[in-house]
Amino acid sequence: MSGTIYDPVLLSRLLTSLTLGFHILFATLGVGVPLLIALAEWTGIRRNDPHYLLLARRWARGYVITVAVGVVTGTAIGLQLSLLWPSFMRVAGQSIALPLFMETFAFFFEAIFLGIYLYTWDRFKSKTAHIWLLVPVVIGSSASALFITIVNAFMNYPVGLTMEGGTITSVHPIAAMLSPAMPTKVAHVLSSAFVTCAFVLAAIAAWSLMKGRQHIYYKKALKLTMGCAAVFTMSTALIGDLSGKYLANYQPEKLAAMEWHFETTGHAPLLFGGVLGDDNEVKYGLTVPYALSILAHGIPSAEVTGLNDIPKDEQPPLWTHYIFDIKMMYVAYMTLVVLLFLWYMWRGKGRLYRSRKLLALIVVAAPVAMLAIEHGWILNEVGRQPWILRGIMRTAEGATTSGHVDTMLIVFALLYLVLGITTVRVLSRMFRSNRAEDELRALGMEGGDHR
Amino acid sequence: MSYETLGIGVLWLFLYGYLIIASIDFGAGFFSYYSSVTGTRHLIHNVIERYLSPVWEVTNVFLVFFFVGIVGFFPDTAYYFGTALLVPGSIAIVLLAIRGSYYAFSTYGSRSNRVYMLLYGASGLLIPASLSTVLTISEGGFIEVTGTGEVRFLYGALFSSAYSWAVVLLALVSVLYISAMFLSYYAHKAGDRQAFEIVRTYALAWSLPTIFSSLLVFFAIRSHNYEHYQNMLSLSWMFAASFICFVIAITLIARRIRLGWAFLFVMLQFAFAFFGYGAAHLPYILYPYLTIHDHFTSDAMAAGLITVFVLGLLLLIPSLYLLLRLFLFDALYVQGKRSKH
Repeated sequence: MSGTIYDPVLLSRLLTSLTLGFHILFATLGVGVPLLIALAEWTGIRRNDPHYLLLARRWARGYVITVAVGVVTGTAIGLQLSLLWPSFMRVAGQSIALPLFMETFAFFFEAIFLGIYLYTWDRFKSKTAHIWLLVPVVIGSSASALFITIVNAFMNYPVGLTMEGGTITSVHPIAAMLSPAMPTKVAHVLSSAFVTCAFVLAAIAAWSLMKGRQHIYYKKALKLTMGCAAVFTMSTALIGDLSGKYLANYQPEKLAAMEWHFETTGHAPLLFGGVLGDDNEVKYGLTVPYALSILAHGIPSAEVTGLNDIPKDEQPPLWTHYIFDIKMMYVAYMTLVVLLFLWYMWRGKGRLYRSRKLLALIVVAAPVAMLAIEHGWILNEVGRQPWILRGIMRTAEGATTSGHVDTMLIVFALLYLVLGITTVRVLSRMFRSNRAEDELRALGMEGGDHR
Repeated sequence: MSYETLGIGVLWLFLYGYLIIASIDFGAGFFSYYSSVTGTRHLIHNVIERYLSPVWEVTNVFLVFFFVGIVGFFPDTAYYFGTALLVPGSIAIVLLAIRGSYYAFSTYGSRSNRVYMLLYGASGLLIPASLSTVLTISEGGFIEVTGTGEVRFLYGALFSSAYSWAVVLLALVSVLYISAMFLSYYAHKAGDRQAFEIVRTYALAWSLPTIFSSLLVFFAIRSHNYEHYQNMLSLSWMFAASFICFVIAITLIARRIRLGWAFLFVMLQFAFAFFGYGAAHLPYILYPYLTIHDHFTSDAMAAGLITVFVLGLLLLIPSLYLLLRLFLFDALYVQGKRSKH
């Protein structure tokens, strides 16, 4: 590549975000789907309803494909941490190895029981024996999310170590896991993964109903998933508010950059939209009085730290504001879909499964939820720049000095492109060639009514 | 025993676990593809499939465990190996990704796809070669540390080294050997006479190349890293024990008796050789820059990691036992008399 400047730091950042951006699509499914499979199977057993059991089976079948891609891309990011950020991992190895190590155990646990679960559908005499195998899968997948988020929380707000002159002198492994960023982050990651998976699975059911396949199976699927989506949307919104309060107290620079809040003031308004002109003049923005103070501290008069109080070279990029706004629009959309669904259920007079508009809105909610996850992570990661370990190590100091990062970036981009396309192809072929109605008939489960 | 020795011992044990379990997996993938080319797929495919399906995910964990663990116990390895291994490490990741996902695509996807099988079979053979680069590099001579502490990887030296090629060769043939030995045992247990005869020929065919390339590596070390070679000689009983286990395993296979024992002796053969090699390598992790005593993690972290490790094992051992009991030691399942879904 003659003519361009080879910059391993920038390229390492690009490659890491590419891998993570691709991995979290599958990781999110990995965290949330087992819970929904468990719910479906449990409902099936409790109500003695074969439709729910088939639902669990079909979800599990598709889930294996996404798990495979999740596992390999997870392995990739695990190794890439050392390959692209060797100096960072040297420090992380001393301070935060414990949750990383625990994550592999959680992953191990999940992998073993998922394998058993998938191959023992008709193995046990007792009906409930099989569903118990999902308990370790759900625990394992949520625990991996917990531990890996602990690592990320540490990077956002490192605690439990003493630095003297650039070297770590004492480390408390347990204390390092209990970063103030941890509770909100973990809760937000888990809750938003559940919402997303509920929407993704709801979209599948809604799609089939839209195509005119009015089998009761799809109605049950839609009701179950949208019910979960409603519950988890509420919890995620609540946790999102707590995350804002965490930021105001511990990472004010991230919140200030997100909000283009320059002067430290009380009665701070929340800014939505807008364009940043020269001299940090905001044009065309919509301001909501006091909202930022309320978001940050819960009191309309509370003082919110502005960017001008943060040293210039420690300020996150200001474009995080756009990411935040876009993310909030996704959240608003999802909330709207949930409310509409609830309204139709309550007042819809049986139009719930027939309204093409509502079904179409639900189908769109799935990619929107995934995009919200992506935007949330971009906000979290870019918002702590220029630090890789806030206050301790700058991103540039952690990156590799090795050559060939540019080539690797191209190689991995191609890999993810191919994996992404094949996953979609395999999944759609898998379910298109074997529809739920056909499977019900083949299994002799037919007999449900066609309301 | 010091924390350092305990730490590296645990990690080495997991790497050994990966060596065995991944070899079975990689080799089986290759045989599965090879059989579809040679038209014997219908004979051995079912046996391979029945074993692989429930365990493929577990294989990866052993590897993840090793590389997370080594950074935890020996944080400086991340610095040296991380910088040096960008290209070979990335190639290994790409291959692992292709293999893992295409296995799932071809097994769980609706119809079997020849291209998917090729990708999955062929990548399995290249992974051991790319991963073995790490062991090669640990012998020293392929990394240069400049005055400012910057690590540089010497690609030229690696590609022109007789030692590195010997290691690659050993990795390749031992994967096929271990896998064929295991599949012989598994096919026999399944009572699948035809499959057994096929994989048995594979096992016999790959046994001599395995022992030959082991000797090759032994001599290549002599000229590459004489100190390590000397240490290995002082542990020569382990290598002798490894050879005896090899002879027993091959004799049992050749006579078609006690195939469970035969595979156990294969495991012992590699255990002796692998631990002999590892013990002789100590105290160096990366010759001559890094020993297990340099920049070992803090005592608090080491204690934490070991505690987690013990607790984790309490959880894992019963789980793994359950997995094996359901899919390896369950006669009905192995014979395909239980439904798979």
